Amino acid sequence: MGEKVLEMRNVTKRFGRLIANDKVNFDLEKGEVHALLGENGAGKTTLMNCLYGIYSPEEGEILLRGQPLALNGPKDAIAHNIGMVHQHFMLVPPLTVLQNIVLGQECRLSPMKLDRARREVEELCRLYGFQLDLDTKVADLSVGAQQRVELVKALYRGADILILDEPTAVLTPTEVEGLFEILRQFVSQGKSIIIISHKLWEVKQISNRVTVLRSGAAVSTVFTADVEESDLADMMVGKKVSLQYEKTPVKSQEAIFEMRNVNVTGSQRASSLKDLSLHICKGEILGIAGVDGNGQLELSEAVMGLAEIQSGQVFFDGEEITRVPTRRRIERGFAHIPEERMTQGLVMNFSASENMILNCYDRPPFTKNHIFDNRAVRENGKKLVEEYDVRPRSPEAAARSFSGGNQQKVIIAREFSQDPKLVVAVQPTRGLDIGASEFVHHKLLERKEQGAGVLLISADLDEVLAVSDRVLVINEGEIMGEFIPGTISYGDIGLMMGGTRQGKKEGDPA
Amino acid sequence: MERRKPSESPLFQQLLGLGLALLLVIVVTSVLIALSGKSPLAAFQAMIKGAFGTKNSTAETMIKTVPLLLAALGLTICYRTGLTSLGSEGQIVIGGLMATIVGIYMGGLPKPILVPLAMIAGMIGGGLWASIAGFLKAKLGVSEIINTIMLNYVATYFVSYLISSGPLQEESGFYPQSDLLSQNAWLSSILPGTRMHTGVIVAAVSVVAVYLLLWKLPLGYQMRAVGNNPIAARTNGIKVARNMVLAMVLSGVFAGLAGAIELMGIHHRLMNGFSSSYGFDAMAVALLGGLHPAGVTVAALFFGALRTGANTMQRTLQVPVSLVNVIQGLVILFVLMQAVLRSFTIKLFTSKKGAAAKEA
Repeated sequence: MGEKVLEMRNVTKRFGRLIANDKVNFDLEKGEVHALLGENGAGKTTLMNCLYGIYSPEEGEILLRGQPLALNGPKDAIAHNIGMVHQHFMLVPPLTVLQNIVLGQECRLSPMKLDRARREVEELCRLYGFQLDLDTKVADLSVGAQQRVELVKALYRGADILILDEPTAVLTPTEVEGLFEILRQFVSQGKSIIIISHKLWEVKQISNRVTVLRSGAAVSTVFTADVEESDLADMMVGKKVSLQYEKTPVKSQEAIFEMRNVNVTGSQRASSLKDLSLHICKGEILGIAGVDGNGQLELSEAVMGLAEIQSGQVFFDGEEITRVPTRRRIERGFAHIPEERMTQGLVMNFSASENMILNCYDRPPFTKNHIFDNRAVRENGKKLVEEYDVRPRSPEAAARSFSGGNQQKVIIAREFSQDPKLVVAVQPTRGLDIGASEFVHHKLLERKEQGAGVLLISADLDEVLAVSDRVLVINEGEIMGEFIPGTISYGDIGLMMGGTRQGKKEGDPA
Repeated sequence: MERRKPSESPLFQQLLGLGLALLLVIVVTSVLIALSGKSPLAAFQAMIKGAFGTKNSTAETMIKTVPLLLAALGLTICYRTGLTSLGSEGQIVIGGLMATIVGIYMGGLPKPILVPLAMIAGMIGGGLWASIAGFLKAKLGVSEIINTIMLNYVATYFVSYLISSGPLQEESGFYPQSDLLSQNAWLSSILPGTRMHTGVIVAAVSVVAVYLLLWKLPLGYQMRAVGNNPIAARTNGIKVARNMVLAMVLSGVFAGLAGAIELMGIHHRLMNGFSSSYGFDAMAVALLGGLHPAGVTVAALFFGALRTGANTMQRTLQVPVSLVNVIQGLVILFVLMQAVLRSFTIKLFTSKKGAAAKEA
């Protein structure tokens, strides 16, 4: 160790007004595994995309073995022996393993060249002990095997520096072990590896050094052996200036909503809900903290009746509603602020006032005696843009013409004007500025005061802590622990978000 | 997958784009007519005279408008719900078949009962036929673009079989056509001396009905929401699949009605090709009409007039009828380009103002 193969100096990458990477310094030594740790949106992937030539940074320089490096795309990066395995694999499912590996390297694949490629790939597999049938179609491979194909592909292209973007996100625990085994071999062969992760235990297990990114800036670089997981969690989450709200104590002990041992199959293994139970009291805001993609979407859909519940029961106001369709739930007083405002929340071509009745268009005053009343819709719109301060005050303008914050106000106006008893808010302030965020939070607190139960699901920990009366931490579709905001440290929360159960010792994986 | 988003932009902009599209059609067609050595002006005059010059020609235009209008109204519902159906042709054929069966085998019933009965049979036939496409799309995810085209073939050739060697062939067994419908099933003329039949009234009522459905019933709001953003609709508890099937069925109902009326009003017997590609032209009519019943009515009249006017143009000037097909093709092309044309004209209008504002 010791020889610097790569150095990034003061790298800054902006997207419009958003600074994704702010003067980041990063270096990589020969034969080490360097972990890049940070929350979602901390700028890890952006930084690596700069290194792989997908983005070009506005400021700063990249040095490869001491030489300045100018990248005009992944092709240049590959030519400089930098390889990247993306979080979402870049494979062509109907092609065979071999075809995928050589893809992009050879324009015309004559049988002779393919034969030579096959020998080279076989040699690589032997060297690293990969077991891959080169003639299987990629579509028939398990996720773990597909990842190995990606690794071989990078090696075949001559990678000395390997970037792995959240490589364990899609793997089962045994596959993770296998991957780590392979990575250790790479390192012993003198290759250098950068691994992006937000899981503390795996960073601790595999890396030599860790660089922690927070809000686009590198917080610090440390030797993994010198720090505890809780230190990493502290660095990752940080103690930002947080929003402060007056919280009144929860008055009722009566549950408005309850889930018992609910199982839901998610889009990924990690996001499936596994025997999840929770309850929300009347007049309580229950926060769900956790890293994105750990079942939050599935949870909100299960509550709203949008996802199929494999097993378990759901209760509302003491009544079982496990099989009650979404529409009936909305009629009983469910409100939903969905994660994706533009796709799930609004019909962008409809006017604001038309959007404000999307959940109640078939009820009075909008539909009376089976007749749809456009005038009532317009009057409702006029009233609600005032009440919810939607700007500009033009209820007849198309939803697409409003800014993000005002689009969110349109959704909130719609949901809250129906006087809901249960509010499901998913990332309600994502992409909003401070002013709009505070507005949303005040509206949630107002609902609570009026006795509604609120389920606040957010990857923004500060938001969850500032608004919630009680918080559950979710990881891979399971509840890791429960606490009252202010009673435990950021470090402990970070540990739970990373997959350590409350009260368990550090270092145990999951 | 391509999805046709109904546009909800201001009326003025829509008209602007439409106007420009028609202007371009006229210009290009004029060039084509001029190239064949005829005067474009004379050709257009002949066409207008042929379509609206006499009582009879107006009546002919009207009866060609009726099936176009009905089928296009159905497609309006379909497109607004976000389904790109190409299946009107087949639904028209099945509608005609059902009307024929009722018109022949229940021919003894009195006219005031038989006429509505045959129409309803046509509507049910078209609706059921379309429901196949709707289910394939909603339940199995089979592209409605493909499955409606295929169902067109099935319908057309099935009917062709029924009348050429099947059970519906006329008693004499000579031509590939059915027996005549009972006279009680024929539509009466509402303009003495012409073929203009009561179907015109049915079509007019349908225009109002579709308008009410889309804007005065909660169902219409629901369908438009599904068409514009099925994900948001689902999130708000609207059943997307059910609305898709329903929209498809409704479009089939109107196409089936078109088929029944065409048969009962004009041909009076089932024969190959009685649908005269109305189902395909209806797609252009629906789009040209801006997916609004009022606009669709105007567009249907325009296409109806093209059909009747073309014959006159050919007779008086020896301009080939196929040129009318070219015009129709161009109309569709330019209408589809409307969005582009619209932004182009708006830029043209505003560029001077914009430049002035920048300088100021």
